[in-house]
Amino acid sequence: MKPHIAIAVAGNPNAGKTTLFNTLTGSNQRVGNYPGVTVEKIEGDCRIGDTTLHFIDLPGTYSLTAYSQDEVVARSFIVEEKPDVILNVVDASNLERNLYLTLQLAEMGVPMVVALNMHDIARQRNIHIDITKLSSYLGVPVVATIGHKKEGKGELTQTLLDVASGKKSCENKTVHYGHEIEKALKVLSCCIEKDENLKGHRNPRWLSIKLLEQDSKTRERIQLEAKGPTAILDLAEKNATLVLDQEGEDPALLIAEHRYGHAAGIVQACVSQRGDRQTLSDAIDILVCNRFLGFAFVALVVYATFTLTFALADGWEYIPWDGGWTTPVGVFGWFFEEWLPGLLQGMADGPFKSLVLDGCVAGVGGVMGFVPLIFFMFLLLALIEDSGYIARIAFVLDRVLRVFGLQGKSLMSMIISGGIAGGCAVPGVMATRTLREEKDRLTTMLVVPFMNCGAKMPVYAMLIGAFFAAHQGLMMWVLAGLSWSIALTAALVLRKAVIKGEQTPFVMELPPYHMPRPMTILRSALERSWMYMRKAGTVILGVSILIWAMMYFPRMDTSAYDARIEAAEATMKTAIENGADEEKATASFEEESTAIQVECDSAQLRQSIAGRMGRGLESISQVAGFDWRTNIALVGGFAAKEVVVSTLSTAYSMEMSNDEEAEQPITEMLKNHPDWNPLKAFALLVFVMVYAPCMVTVAVIWRESGSWKWAAFSVVYTTTLAFILATLIYQVGKVLGLGA
Amino acid sequence: MSNPKTLLELKAGETAVIKKMLPGGGAIRQRLLDMGVTRGTEFLVERVAPLGDPVEIFIKGYHLAIRKNEAAFIDVTPAAAKSNGAK
Repeated sequence: MKPHIAIAVAGNPNAGKTTLFNTLTGSNQRVGNYPGVTVEKIEGDCRIGDTTLHFIDLPGTYSLTAYSQDEVVARSFIVEEKPDVILNVVDASNLERNLYLTLQLAEMGVPMVVALNMHDIARQRNIHIDITKLSSYLGVPVVATIGHKKEGKGELTQTLLDVASGKKSCENKTVHYGHEIEKALKVLSCCIEKDENLKGHRNPRWLSIKLLEQDSKTRERIQLEAKGPTAILDLAEKNATLVLDQEGEDPALLIAEHRYGHAAGIVQACVSQRGDRQTLSDAIDILVCNRFLGFAFVALVVYATFTLTFALADGWEYIPWDGGWTTPVGVFGWFFEEWLPGLLQGMADGPFKSLVLDGCVAGVGGVMGFVPLIFFMFLLLALIEDSGYIARIAFVLDRVLRVFGLQGKSLMSMIISGGIAGGCAVPGVMATRTLREEKDRLTTMLVVPFMNCGAKMPVYAMLIGAFFAAHQGLMMWVLAGLSWSIALTAALVLRKAVIKGEQTPFVMELPPYHMPRPMTILRSALERSWMYMRKAGTVILGVSILIWAMMYFPRMDTSAYDARIEAAEATMKTAIENGADEEKATASFEEESTAIQVECDSAQLRQSIAGRMGRGLESISQVAGFDWRTNIALVGGFAAKEVVVSTLSTAYSMEMSNDEEAEQPITEMLKNHPDWNPLKAFALLVFVMVYAPCMVTVAVIWRESGSWKWAAFSVVYTTTLAFILATLIYQVGKVLGLGA
Repeated sequence: MSNPKTLLELKAGETAVIKKMLPGGGAIRQRLLDMGVTRGTEFLVERVAPLGDPVEIFIKGYHLAIRKNEAAFIDVTPAAAKSNGAK
């Protein structure tokens, strides 16, 4: 027997595929992406004796057309990777529609086993299925399973082994599509078999069906791979027209109807009783999809998700810590901001220490700091997804968000990103995973960074405190309103100009509710968080080292400053020798040398690459009212937006003439600075809201969109927009005389 | 049996049979076919979303939401309005 058997797990969404997959593979799983696309790929192993059953979870699909990325991924996996067996998970309580996919899978010519899942629910609903009969109608083994209860697991794995080894026969029975279509299929298959490059293709009949359906991906494939593509494509075209003339309908429709007809026939023969409707599920829907209560429920769930995510990660102190209590974020923060730097403090001074501490540790710490947030967001999201409520959010909100080229589910991402002030775009971008439609997903991902995330709050607080202290509440509302308007408008414009194409049609199943399974949810959250750490981590580490280098190099010649410190030291020594109070002299020296060191650091920052960029950009940024110090702060803010505050305060404190001024909080410093006024502050507020997402968000956009180009685009278009808005505000304000 | 209508014109609680897919649906047509919206299938209009769009129908034993844009492409024959469950 083969030591390694590849099994592709296919089935409808909501058929209990993931739960069954978890039961089969246990903790032995790996999450990744299918090459080139953002569809999640989960693989797992199960060992039986000397044989490894290697399961690959295909995306849940209703069909195998080229309609969505999920469907293309599922079927190209079967065609190209050639698994040994297909395990088709079928929802016993919804047999007819599930069989529609089964019949298509059967056509692909791979041995198949059907898991008749959720048998318990079917029985509860008075659906009795004759398994032997079903098996004979399909020509493949059928095993009854209950995903989460391990019921049927042993029988299922044994059946898979037997089918893979050929011990159990598997004669996939396929649909007969009627005289006209079958005739056309025969002609086409013949032509495909004669083509030199396609000769020996695993399944010419399947290719012929897809060609008759006018499947775009299959046509592309023929075009690329066949020796004589025109002959085949012309023949397909001719036969399709022929069928249309004879039957009055095009082949795609007839094929689908035959499949459903066949499925209905099987159901008629194998199911003894029609199911009762799910009364509890219906009752819940009467409430949550209600004309008036619908919005209230969505608001409640979205608000609760938002609040709980942040409360669990960084609000409630429930981890015993150092005699008191702390939050998960607190634990991560301690580790990366105190413990690890403390450990490394003993290294020899120099560029290497700086690289490790300021570059690597700070960078990795920045990545890890988000882990608790991401974990809890995924946990709650999995709960909403697994229960089935997410489809209702999409249903209720579709009409509103569609206007902006988004869809109902986009709202969740926007709220998490800071639609309610204090969110975070990193989990927000990752939450777009619930959107199955690629264009909607990309648009959502590109606009959520406009929301007011928690890291923008310190910047807002600083500027509002300095210039709008009398109108704090009003300003927060203005900023919230602005961020929503900008995000929605941007979505609309992006859909018109960049992510063009028709809006994805909205044809969505509203699956019955079911009790979420704790293990499924926990596992999904853990795996997705782990993937974030692994994938985003590498990008962020690279970027943080780059930013570190920009602030660290080129090194300045510090001999002048060193000489001054030495001189001060000499003065101190002389003073002590001349009988001055030793303690006093040492203290005064230390104060002086610190001052010189700060001056040296400031000079270093000013002439570093970042400093040069800041000064170089001043001539342009002046249009929006920003001087070079603000520029450096904004460059630093790319690492994390809150860095704008610390960098700005360093840049200003450096040039304060006396210590008293330098020790003022940044709010006071800006308020009293002659260069600053409320107009400049407002322009900066808007700029910080809109400009480039922080690097962690950019890294996540890169990973989630599957392309560095979208990540780069997200930086360029937001920064351009921010600059235009800030300039408009500043210049119009100046004309109106608000700058004084 | 009353006059033919499109799915768009049905009210919540009405039962009808799919009669025909009007031309012009594009990619959506294949999708609807895949979801079981095929000729001769009986369905029930379960409810309309709070803002009047999309529409939820009960078809082939499950619930399906369709936007009004798409519903306009589906010709139906209304059944005698009284049954409270499809099939």
